Amino acid sequence: MICQECQTRQATLHFTKIINGKKAEMHLCDECARDKGEQIPGSNSYSIHELLSGLLNVDQISGNNEFKTSRAEPEPLVCDQCGLTYERFAKVGRFGCAHCYKAFDAKLDPILNRVHSGNDRHAGKVPKRTGGTMQVQREIEKLRESLRTSIEQEEFEEAARLRDQIRELEGKIQNGEEEA
Amino acid sequence: MSLQRFISQAISPWMKSGPGPDSDIVLSTRIRLARNLKNYPFPIFASSDVSEQVLRHVSEELSTIPAGADGALELLKMDDFSFNEKRVLVEKHLISPHLAEHSRHGAVMLSPDESVSIMLNEEDHIRMQSLFRGFQLDEGLDFSNKLDDCAEEKVTYAFDEKRGYLTSCPTNVGTGMRASVMMHLPALVMTQQLNRILPAINQLGLVVRGIYGEGSEAQGNLFQISNQMTLGKSEEDIVEDLKGVVTQVIQQERSARGTLMRSSRIQMEDKVFRSYGLLKNSRVMESKEATKRLSDVRLGIDLDLIHGISGNILNELMILTQPAFLQQYAGKELSADERDVRRAALIRERMELEKENEE
Ligand SMILES: [Zn+2]
Ligand SMILES: [Zn+2]
Repeated sequence: MICQECQTRQATLHFTKIINGKKAEMHLCDECARDKGEQIPGSNSYSIHELLSGLLNVDQISGNNEFKTSRAEPEPLVCDQCGLTYERFAKVGRFGCAHCYKAFDAKLDPILNRVHSGNDRHAGKVPKRTGGTMQVQREIEKLRESLRTSIEQEEFEEAARLRDQIRELEGKIQNGEEEA
Repeated sequence: MSLQRFISQAISPWMKSGPGPDSDIVLSTRIRLARNLKNYPFPIFASSDVSEQVLRHVSEELSTIPAGADGALELLKMDDFSFNEKRVLVEKHLISPHLAEHSRHGAVMLSPDESVSIMLNEEDHIRMQSLFRGFQLDEGLDFSNKLDDCAEEKVTYAFDEKRGYLTSCPTNVGTGMRASVMMHLPALVMTQQLNRILPAINQLGLVVRGIYGEGSEAQGNLFQISNQMTLGKSEEDIVEDLKGVVTQVIQQERSARGTLMRSSRIQMEDKVFRSYGLLKNSRVMESKEATKRLSDVRLGIDLDLIHGISGNILNELMILTQPAFLQQYAGKELSADERDVRRAALIRERMELEKENEE
């Protein structure tokens, strides 16, 4: 999502503000949030890191432009399968179990991007037995891509061939699910 | 024990079956896959009971998978070995130092020719390694995939559509694959071209490490090039990229060897035969010097200057002259000074063996 102030940078801070009894959603980038911060009474005591670390709730207490800021107690991120906290993961640099990847999912993209030269999605092998229909779905995605290109280039015979192939694979997935 | 018998037990059978492709420069190719079980905590955070359960479950399930030509995998539990015996397995590159020193209920399953080793309860539940002579990345990947498929029929992996094969460390997630090629690059080191090539390789998402010793202090001019990235690319693409770079490095090393031989043949001969003489005659030899001299002699063999010695002598003696091997051969603990004497003696004996074989 793009920052609603500058309309250029990525919005990193999302919160709801109530002005004159009306709810307004705010999506700001770091810099605009810092600028805006001065306009939100009572928010000066918060560093930008604190702003980013949690959701900032701004509640109206009285009258026009009078605000009180309160921050929800930051919930410690923890894997409910193995009990590893995000804090400890960040320290040790090791996950506790497979489920940690789900539990810390929201925070993993930047870490994985840094480690794997800008990648955070798997593009390799899928286990045969437990990978389910994923292999076929990937195949379908690839074929759809080719279908788009061949339509753009008005290669209709090729497009028809690709469309049939896609239908066949989609049929396979449906049959597979019925069997399962 | 005779040296010949000691060597025959010490050197993995897969290494002895003759040279592989591009073996004048590439000593071996290795593919390692990291895998974890779905319903168990990863080894580092697992209790001793859970680790024991994992060991029993995986070793039972994988005991019947076909791992190469002949025979089943043999299970070796770390708890059954002495410190020095574990070090020997590390020096043979069959297990990691982590498995030897820090694992709980750690074990390794070895194929009869030792080209396949499956570590259990290392940093991940399962680490499958397959080794190949010379430069064989495609064959290696193909073999590893089949081994992995066989294992996946028996145990349920921790896999996620978005992140791939889930591993203990975020640096391995995705394919869980580390493909690496061990290269002997004396001419690129001598002509100081390697310093120029290394940063370029690093920029391609690959890493270069010295095998013995770290960084530019790499001993024996032996380097390992491997992929750094495991996420966002397919196994085939990772191997293709690595293959491209290794092929270029091979060509550059060959051309540097050619240049050296044309511009300074007599100095090359002197260097090679001087080291040959030292290996045949020394009475005290530190490991650093041994690896340096062995590298020279191996180069001499590959440049066709020295005849009648197997090129395997470098790979073999690199392993045989490591501390744990020397102690195992001596049958007792040795101080550093004693090791240097034993090392020199073992190298001399090994050189003699070559001569006998020749006659
Ligand atoms: Zn902005
Ligand atoms: Zn967990």
